Amino acid sequence: MNALPKFGSGTVALETAGAWLLALIWILPLAYALWAAIHPSAYSAHFVLNAPLTLENFVRAWNAAPFARYFLNTFILVTMILAAQLVLCTLAAYAFARFDFAGRDIAFILVLLQLMIMPDVLIVENYRTMSALGIVDTIPAIGLPYMASAFGIFLLRQTFKSVPRELDEAARVEGAGPLTVLLKVYVPLAKPVYIAYGLVSVSYHWNNFLWPLIVTNSVNTRPLTVGLQIFASTDQGIDWSVITAATLMTSAPLLIAFLLFQRQFVQSFMRAGIR
Amino acid sequence: MHGSEPVALAAAPSPAPLARGGPMRFSAHIHGWLMLLPAAVLLVTFTHYPAVATIIDSFFSTPKGRRGAVFVGLDNYQAMLGDPVFFRALANNILYAASVIPLTIALALAMALWVNGKIAGRPFLRLSFFTPTVLPMIAVANIWLFFYAPGYGLLDQILGVFGISTHNWLGDEHTALICLIAVAVWKDAGFFMIFYLAALQQMSPQLGEAASIEGASRWYFFRRVTFPLLMPTTLFVLINAIINSFRLIDHIVVMTQGGPDNTTALLLFYIYEVGFKFWDTAYAATLTAVLLALLAFLALGQFLILDRRIHYQ
Repeated sequence: MNALPKFGSGTVALETAGAWLLALIWILPLAYALWAAIHPSAYSAHFVLNAPLTLENFVRAWNAAPFARYFLNTFILVTMILAAQLVLCTLAAYAFARFDFAGRDIAFILVLLQLMIMPDVLIVENYRTMSALGIVDTIPAIGLPYMASAFGIFLLRQTFKSVPRELDEAARVEGAGPLTVLLKVYVPLAKPVYIAYGLVSVSYHWNNFLWPLIVTNSVNTRPLTVGLQIFASTDQGIDWSVITAATLMTSAPLLIAFLLFQRQFVQSFMRAGIR
Repeated sequence: MHGSEPVALAAAPSPAPLARGGPMRFSAHIHGWLMLLPAAVLLVTFTHYPAVATIIDSFFSTPKGRRGAVFVGLDNYQAMLGDPVFFRALANNILYAASVIPLTIALALAMALWVNGKIAGRPFLRLSFFTPTVLPMIAVANIWLFFYAPGYGLLDQILGVFGISTHNWLGDEHTALICLIAVAVWKDAGFFMIFYLAALQQMSPQLGEAASIEGASRWYFFRRVTFPLLMPTTLFVLINAIINSFRLIDHIVVMTQGGPDNTTALLLFYIYEVGFKFWDTAYAATLTAVLLALLAFLALGQFLILDRRIHYQ
């Protein structure tokens, strides 16, 4: 075993084959969804090259459930969460990075606690809170538990800490208050991190399912994921063509954005991962 | 007192000293807390309060109709110890985590090494590995449902070519959980690949050159150099993988609803069932308390065990 050739062409070929096999398996579900969605139902499990193409499945799916409304709900939800996160996390991160206030370290540990105990597992009590507030089945109720994001605070704090203090002090000497300094100095310098965080946040909440499923119960509030599940489980029986068409529709905005801006997506996820 | 004031003013240069100076210090407290306040209010309301309320509620009964919650001591925990479904869900979750986590991390690492090297078709490989990350779990679970469909599903069609008879993959107690494990690994491996890729790209290429001059095999180089250097990334990925294995149950809701015979019920899914289908909120709180304790225990373990290894290897 120790005498293995360093870069033996045999092992390389074998590895390349392995990598490709894995990649094909990884893309298979999407490839299948595409196949079933653009062919008539008769071909959904029958793979022949001369199967006729159709967009009928998309039309049927679109008409079978209020997808337009679901899209709107998801859009409102994702925008609302991101806007709140950007404001709240920026302020909190700035406080942690640059203000030496009493109890800062304990407060920071309490914030980090949310990284381990996420709102996703606190569904029982959070539902109770939403009932007490009288906002069950509203879009803000879906977003509220996620708006103060420990991840966002942590990420931005690290970024703000790397801003040279001289820039901060120069602005203050010119008479700028803390908020002006934040907006004029820190926020512009953190732009790539904001983009990274934004992409991660939007993909997370576009795809989130369990909490929205619990806290919504009407067409006017349901996001796409919940709408899709109700559509796929009750309305359709097992018409795979229509279900895959609906599935692709639901994922399309993110998927298309990803295919167009692949590099930015990958780099954003990377940036969000390394502190 | 009055007399000393001008002296103090004279000592301080006229644009007041920043944050650290005497009078500014107090405003730093105020400003700091004011900026933290909005986030803190939401965090306390939706993370800290519910975590504490979970534990308190686990000592009370579920309010029924006009009768409010009554203190019942450890009754809920006692009921839990006599509940076979709870133990089933706990065992399932441990088995699920113990399979998904190492498989996902190993695949993520292999993917990153491939995509980072000079492999043929690199852009396609990267695209293919990462795509599951941007797709909603709920959507892809519906596609996987077709793969596992008995008879005409893709898996049976492929196996049929090799003469293997059809099988009800999700309906069989022995295969249902394995099917869900496969979906979870498929969904997250590409996501974690990104973090390994980021770490690999920061690694000095001279390390590899030195090793190849020394005549080290690729496997030896990986084992003794690359893998130890990737340890911090592995810890980060491990924490996220653990959290995901207890947090993400979307595919179970879509594919099996915990069945057959609770063989695919994970803890959070059972909490969801108890809390929102049987509406036994006190028992759901008790189960949540166990999940919280488990997460806290795992977090502690990671930091105690892995922290040492990372720094001294």
